[in-house]
Amino acid sequence: MIKKIEAIIREEKLEDVKNALHEIGIVGMNVAEIRGHGRQGGITLTGRTGTYQVDMLPKTQLNIILSEHNVDKTVTTICEAASTGQEGDGIIFIYPVDDVVRIRTGESGKEALHYEGDIDTR
Amino acid sequence: MDSGDTTWILVSSALVLVMTPALAFFYGGMVRKKNILSTLNLSFIMMALISIQWLLYGYTLAFGSDVKGLIGGLEFLGFAGVGPETSDLAPTIPHMLFAAFQMMFAIITPALITGAFVERVRFKTFLVFSLLWATLVYDPVCHWVWGGGILGSDGLGALDFAGGTVVHITAGFSALAFALAIGPRKGFGKTSFEPSNIPYSVLGAGLLWMGWFGFNGGSALAADGLAVHALFTTNTAAAAAGLVWMILSWIDNKPSVLGIVTGAVVGLVAVTPGAGFVTPLGALLIGGLAAPISYYAIKFVKGRNLIDESLDVFACHGLGGLWGALATGLFATTAVNAGGANGLFYGNPGQFLSQLWAALIAIVVSVAVTYLLAKILDRLMGLRVSDSEEQVGLDISEHAERAYA
Repeated sequence: MIKKIEAIIREEKLEDVKNALHEIGIVGMNVAEIRGHGRQGGITLTGRTGTYQVDMLPKTQLNIILSEHNVDKTVTTICEAASTGQEGDGIIFIYPVDDVVRIRTGESGKEALHYEGDIDTR
Repeated sequence: MDSGDTTWILVSSALVLVMTPALAFFYGGMVRKKNILSTLNLSFIMMALISIQWLLYGYTLAFGSDVKGLIGGLEFLGFAGVGPETSDLAPTIPHMLFAAFQMMFAIITPALITGAFVERVRFKTFLVFSLLWATLVYDPVCHWVWGGGILGSDGLGALDFAGGTVVHITAGFSALAFALAIGPRKGFGKTSFEPSNIPYSVLGAGLLWMGWFGFNGGSALAADGLAVHALFTTNTAAAAAGLVWMILSWIDNKPSVLGIVTGAVVGLVAVTPGAGFVTPLGALLIGGLAAPISYYAIKFVKGRNLIDESLDVFACHGLGGLWGALATGLFATTAVNAGGANGLFYGNPGQFLSQLWAALIAIVVSVAVTYLLAKILDRLMGLRVSDSEEQVGLDISEHAERAYA
């Protein structure tokens, strides 16, 4: 089974998470800047006078596609690297992936996910 | 003709011109991303529109020979006779330079009003409004104060060194009237309109501060000690108001950067009428006290969602200008400027009353004419864009352009 890990983390934690993932052998990933909020709701900002509430906060979304047996290790690694213990640390979603096609070679399925030194090849 | 004076007023004209794009950025940074271009343009287009109006008939309405204290005669229509020779209006510089310097004030004043109706005004109607406003409010009030009319030295004797009444009171109170006429932005009171680019506002405010040296320093109409004095009082008031605003904001939460730069602008507004009449310490008090007036006015209006005075033009320019005009009647001293007058604190309470009356007349005319104009144009052309155009944003709906690709 191929899985997708979609981790929504603090912007400022991206470097830490990326480095931790490289150490356990995650080679490929992509990142998107997103806005949103979870349970913490939002933050208070200073205006021209007084304060106002902002509910959509900038966050970073990390997408990783990999084999099912590596999911637990990867998720644990992200949680450790992305955590501050405060509200707003983020959330991780895990989905099944039907198929993968690499555009250059036309390879599909697990073949398309193989990278030199990747966690899935170990 | 004095080449030193001419040089300084040439430079000052350029400095005051730059204040309009500076204002564009100051305002542009405070609106939502979908309305940045529209907001920048509301100010920028004034450089084109009012330049032509001023050349064709605006200048002569303001500075032509006085007709019953109310309006200028028509002898300078199309800049007729306005050339390289000097004039009685400014005896040491070319007449055309005086007219050009004054033009920069005529340009920025209607641009100041635009903060009242950003993010919802119909551009076509706005153009017509601005042209009519320049003709029916700015040119007459400018004449009344500086052109030999009923409010200035030939009338009430109100002091207005560089445009506290002519520029800031007219623009600030007109902004209030226009905001009432056009109504709030969709979602006002329900969502907070987060400024999309505060760095733009910081840039704009910094350039305004610099440009104000030409605005106030140039209003000496000479490269002399009075020009230096005005430059220094101007700087002092901006500094004091910026610091006080920082403290007020800090008391409420954290020292807001948008707040600090807004405070500086409010200080510049407040010192404008008195720059060449008050001492540097007087300017410090004028700036320092202007900040809480505007700060708490914004907080009061915004806190109760009374009126969508979108970018606080009334609170900053209307009230800042009014305080400045009155404060000039308190702090003015002939020790600074023998051509001026003493204020209340220097034993002349009559000057304070002159300032008060002149300000009140300017306020009544600005509010009444602007409200009527806005309501009439709303009937004829529509003052605001449709709901869906407003939701999409004015950059796309009014200009079919986007700020960022």
